Amino acid sequence: MNNSENGATPWLFEITPKNKFFSLNLNEVWQYRDLLLLFVKRDIVTVYKQTVLGPLWYFIQPLFTSVIFTIIFNTVAGIATGSVPPFLFNLASITVWNYFSSCLLATSDTFKANAGLFGKVYFPRIIMPLSIVLSNLIKFGLQLLIFIAFYIYFIVSGESLSPNFTLLFFPVLVVLMGLLGLGLGMIISSMVTKYRDLTYLVTFGIQLLMYISAVNYPLALIQEKMPDYSWIIDYNPMAYVIEISRYMLLNTGSFSVGSFIYVGVVAIAVFFIGLLIFNKTEKTFIDTV
Amino acid sequence: MGKDIILKAENISKQYRLGQVGTGTISHDLNRWWHKLRGKEDPYLKIGDTNDRSTKGDSDYVWALQDINFEVERGEVIGIIGKNGAGKSTLLKILSKVAAPTTGSIKSRGRIASLLEVGTGFHPELTGRENIFLNGAILGMTKKEIAAKLDEIIDFSGCERYIDTPVKRYSSGMTVRLAFAVAAFLEPEILIIDEVLAVGDAEFQKKALGKMQDISRQGGRTVLFVSHNMAAVKSLCTRGIVLEHGKVVFEGGIDEAVSEYLKVYNIYNKATFLNAPILEVNVEQENEHLIIKAKYNSNEKIDIPNFGFIIYNEFGNPILGGNPVIHNLEIDIEKNFKIGEIEAKIINPRLVDGAYTMSIWFGDSKENHFEALECVMFEIKSMVDIKYVNTSYIGSVTPNLEWKFNIN
Repeated sequence: MNNSENGATPWLFEITPKNKFFSLNLNEVWQYRDLLLLFVKRDIVTVYKQTVLGPLWYFIQPLFTSVIFTIIFNTVAGIATGSVPPFLFNLASITVWNYFSSCLLATSDTFKANAGLFGKVYFPRIIMPLSIVLSNLIKFGLQLLIFIAFYIYFIVSGESLSPNFTLLFFPVLVVLMGLLGLGLGMIISSMVTKYRDLTYLVTFGIQLLMYISAVNYPLALIQEKMPDYSWIIDYNPMAYVIEISRYMLLNTGSFSVGSFIYVGVVAIAVFFIGLLIFNKTEKTFIDTV
Repeated sequence: MGKDIILKAENISKQYRLGQVGTGTISHDLNRWWHKLRGKEDPYLKIGDTNDRSTKGDSDYVWALQDINFEVERGEVIGIIGKNGAGKSTLLKILSKVAAPTTGSIKSRGRIASLLEVGTGFHPELTGRENIFLNGAILGMTKKEIAAKLDEIIDFSGCERYIDTPVKRYSSGMTVRLAFAVAAFLEPEILIIDEVLAVGDAEFQKKALGKMQDISRQGGRTVLFVSHNMAAVKSLCTRGIVLEHGKVVFEGGIDEAVSEYLKVYNIYNKATFLNAPILEVNVEQENEHLIIKAKYNSNEKIDIPNFGFIIYNEFGNPILGGNPVIHNLEIDIEKNFKIGEIEAKIINPRLVDGAYTMSIWFGDSKENHFEALECVMFEIKSMVDIKYVNTSYIGSVTPNLEWKFNIN
């Protein structure tokens, strides 16, 4: 710039037609950290306002689903869960799965659901999906408490249960799962702005995905019963996430460092691809949504 | 010392696609991608008409803004004026980083906060206090900044009693007041405001206008202000930018900008028509009277030259109007009224200073042959001896008052 026209103060920022190929402006996200926390608070506080049961709803959903799954898959269909009580097996899977699916479902709607807000005021758009992942993390924490309560109950009533030492890495797994849900959600939300069909695909796609993510059966069972088609599940990182978390929490199923690394690589790759597409979309979506 | 430029817009253009966006765009997307792959220019950037809503263009794409260039100095209050569809809102959206320009860039030396709407992001389930924090954060304030001003904000909003009640229980007026209070205490270097004064009741509008004057005068803040309220623009702004069909047609002092705005549309005191029974309409202020003159040339024989008019204030609210028929005018029916002139003198309408528009109709006692809505714009200056009043608050007509004071 020529300095004669100004006191040599540099421009604070520039608005251009397109974002740079890859620009995650962490600085800006940090500036808006209060907004991020307020969004998280808003999501947590307002969900069950004016309901009789209030936050109890956080517990009812996984509990009832686990009961139904136990009846259908274990009692009726006879899927064996080894030494672990089927109810606890299902509760662990569902708690973990719920975190992923709610992250994915909510973030995939980011642009569409917030079009009104995004059309009126600027803040780093990534704040929105980030706040969703964080508020779901809190929800996940609460649901884990219920799981721990039943865990203790089953130990007291004489079941021989023990977590695995790999439990130390459980937080890492949760973060990877969050990144995977966030990444996929950002990819979908960016595409939804142009192709609305995806909205319908996502809701039932997540349901279908659950059945190939080893939520209600041990991973080994599919490999044993359907060896020809087990590749569908072998490539699904979520199947490993569920299987590994059950291994960590309940010491059941299989675990390999390879599968853990596979999950890590896929989650980080998906997250960065999501970020890239999200970044590209955030500038133009308001004209297409 | 050179000029202290805080904001600079360079060749801003914005293109929109008309019609059904979403379906059928895949082919355009693919075409675009194919051009990009070969290192060619975006094929759809070249075509496009200027943003003129009154004519029908051939292209699917229009330029809502074209080659906008301007500079803003620190501390200036700039009014952006133009007719509906001139591109004002699009420009504000680009400045607020809500929409991206198709070409060009904007450089800024200060934090920009925009107020395109009051109460953006208010959550009905949260209390007033919680919403102050949420809304403030959305507008770019930190929690600390909001906490420091919380008392002032609550005080300004006048919602103190209800501050811990969910906003869904508020009346719409209270919600707007609370929302504006948050925005009024924003402290960015550059503030962008879009017609927020158009919401709320008259009392609130007055308060908001006053607050805006404070912000711009003592705050030394740079403000970009869009409004149709010429009186507000004139009293608040120091400089004006006039937009027409997506282009800057004038940039300069606010008084010149406002008269330029009126002139640009060639509707300043006068309108002429082609291929119409009305040839020309004139509005002139003659001291305390207003004189409307119309020349007509009708193809058909008409029993009475029924010329009607309605005058609107700057908010588009009708103030007064008339035509010979509703006023039971007796005219000699045997005469041929094909060609002639009509003069209507409004005696002492007592209108306050400001810009007004007029719609006209022409026909005979049976039917209407011609209409031109808000085709003439004119200004009233010192028709009545009165101090500045907020017309949105008190109205546009000053009554002929006789005061009596019985002082004991």
